[in-house]
Amino acid sequence: MKKFQIITSRVIPLPMKDVDTDMIIPAQYLTQTNKEGYGEALFSGLKKQNANFVFNQPQYREAKILLSESNFGCGSSREHAVWALMQAGIEVIIAESYSDIFFNNAAKNGLLLISMHKAAIDAFFKETEKKEGLILTVDLEQQNIRTLAGDSFHFAYDDFRKTCLLNGYEDMDYLLDATKQ
Amino acid sequence: MPKNIIEKIWNAHVVSEREGHPQVFSIDKMLLHEVTSAQAFDELRKRNLKVRYPERLIATLDHSIPTSQSRSVINDLQARHQVETLRQNAEEFGVTLYDFDSGYQGIVHVIGPELGFTLPGTTIVCGDSHTSTHGAFGALAFGVGTSEVGHVLATGCILQYKPKTMRVNFTGQIKQNITAKDIIMKLISMIGIGGGKGYIIEYTGEVIRNLSMEARMTLCNMSIECGARAGLVAPDQITYDYLKERPYAPKGDAWSQAVEAWEQLKSDLNCVYDQEIDIDISELTPMVSWGINPEQAIGIEDTIPRLEELPQTHQGMAKQAYEYTKLQPGEAIKGKKIEWAFIGSCTNGRIEDLRAAAEVLKGHKIAKHVTLYVVPGSEKVLAQAKAEGLDKIFEAAGADFRMPGCSMCLAMNEDKVPPGARCISTSNRNFMGRQGPGSITHLASPRTVAASAVAGYITSEVV
Ligand code: SF4
Repeated sequence: MKKFQIITSRVIPLPMKDVDTDMIIPAQYLTQTNKEGYGEALFSGLKKQNANFVFNQPQYREAKILLSESNFGCGSSREHAVWALMQAGIEVIIAESYSDIFFNNAAKNGLLLISMHKAAIDAFFKETEKKEGLILTVDLEQQNIRTLAGDSFHFAYDDFRKTCLLNGYEDMDYLLDATKQ
Repeated sequence: MPKNIIEKIWNAHVVSEREGHPQVFSIDKMLLHEVTSAQAFDELRKRNLKVRYPERLIATLDHSIPTSQSRSVINDLQARHQVETLRQNAEEFGVTLYDFDSGYQGIVHVIGPELGFTLPGTTIVCGDSHTSTHGAFGALAFGVGTSEVGHVLATGCILQYKPKTMRVNFTGQIKQNITAKDIIMKLISMIGIGGGKGYIIEYTGEVIRNLSMEARMTLCNMSIECGARAGLVAPDQITYDYLKERPYAPKGDAWSQAVEAWEQLKSDLNCVYDQEIDIDISELTPMVSWGINPEQAIGIEDTIPRLEELPQTHQGMAKQAYEYTKLQPGEAIKGKKIEWAFIGSCTNGRIEDLRAAAEVLKGHKIAKHVTLYVVPGSEKVLAQAKAEGLDKIFEAAGADFRMPGCSMCLAMNEDKVPPGARCISTSNRNFMGRQGPGSITHLASPRTVAASAVAGYITSEVV
């Protein structure tokens, strides 16, 4: 797994509750047997339905941080959802909460999921509406999110997962070690 | 200290625990299917590892396979490759595969119980969120991602944080024609699709004790739709009667010992849960979903909620739902014209579900403008349905009685609801495009789906 580095990026606003993994990657794309090639299919249904959908907007093409509301990643357990997000360039998600399975899947692939209170999320959404958008720096080591203006917001994160992400450790190695025969 | 059943099973499976680390948690059984396993086997190959406990695994084909009579020829090249890949992996790693015409092929969550592979007190995972189905047997069963499938293949364990526990207690008497599907849809509509997040649920109450195993499976199946990791029902005589003599169930003395152990799997008197909910279901009517997630569901006689009747946090999703499902706030759900109907899936593709549908369809024809797919959950269900003559009833009604698989529950194969068409379905998810790009889904019980197919519009009774 890639080691998690400090990330500075424009923020992609996805102001929705309960974004499900069927939305993130529809079932039609799941017949592949490898882990690659899912990035293009990310949110393909919503992209087709709405020309103004945020993932159709050119200014977000290089963005690495996704902002959403509560219960992100609910529904199907498909890890393809995490692969699709990461292959489309997303490295951090900031939302109120995540579904349990999605949370586990993300951690195992090095995708950082940050949970914050609704008030903080709402404030970030407001900033994204400005013409120049919102640019944030995410620092996992320090567990903070910084704005260009110099504001800093602490986020909670599990110590074990933090060590794994920062060092690129995989659960498989941990388990092989813990269950050595 | 008194413990609930969830804690009892959980604690019995913690292998080791280090301060500040997740627990190393042991998995007794894993089910595999073609869609979420290939990359896990690749990981083993990459690391030059073997499957540590092949006897703890079974595999089958369900998600991407065709359900036509000529299903052995898979036209979709990628799906064909996916199926072939599972066959090769099963062979290479020594995993039992229930392939086409084995007599046991079917949806993973239907065949596990049929084989007696699903047993009380065990931990079961599958790369599939509806693994919660197996909780009906008093097993601790939940969905995992492909990485974790790999962990179980290689080590028999996964890393877990202890979940919170919830008790949902159903009180009151259910009216005739109300099914487990209506009960679970009611719960989800009340607590919402995130209402069970972080929890494993135990379902209790007189009503639950009287449910058949099939109905308990329907109930536990949809636990994930309120965000719960898992849902379970403590085992009892109904459970043992279902399991006895099944292929993987213990036999002879081992059976009596097993039953004795399972009898201990009850929540202790005065045990505590992190949350408890009581729901009186005496007034419950058949449920139908109207929106784009399972919490957006109402009684068949109710009207689609208006924006102002919903909490502010739910209004965004509701707006999106009105637009996507082409329904008006305030209008009745009953009477909405449908073009498609689907009876099947791991929620409602078992023999009792087919019997319930056949009872409604018998002597009727489905409406001219409706296509009805009846897809048995497994080859066993298919054989049983034929033995009971249900296939004749479906065919006489004008339904398409197909071969077993997930089919139109997730539309990975060619079974798709066309864009813009409205489908009433016994499956578990009404997400946008779930049954095919642009399709509109209304979730309901097999009775309601069958009645609607005959009427040509959403209704729970054939008139
Ligand atoms: S029937 Fe539907 S929900 Fe069940 S395993 Fe198949 S795709 Fe998943």
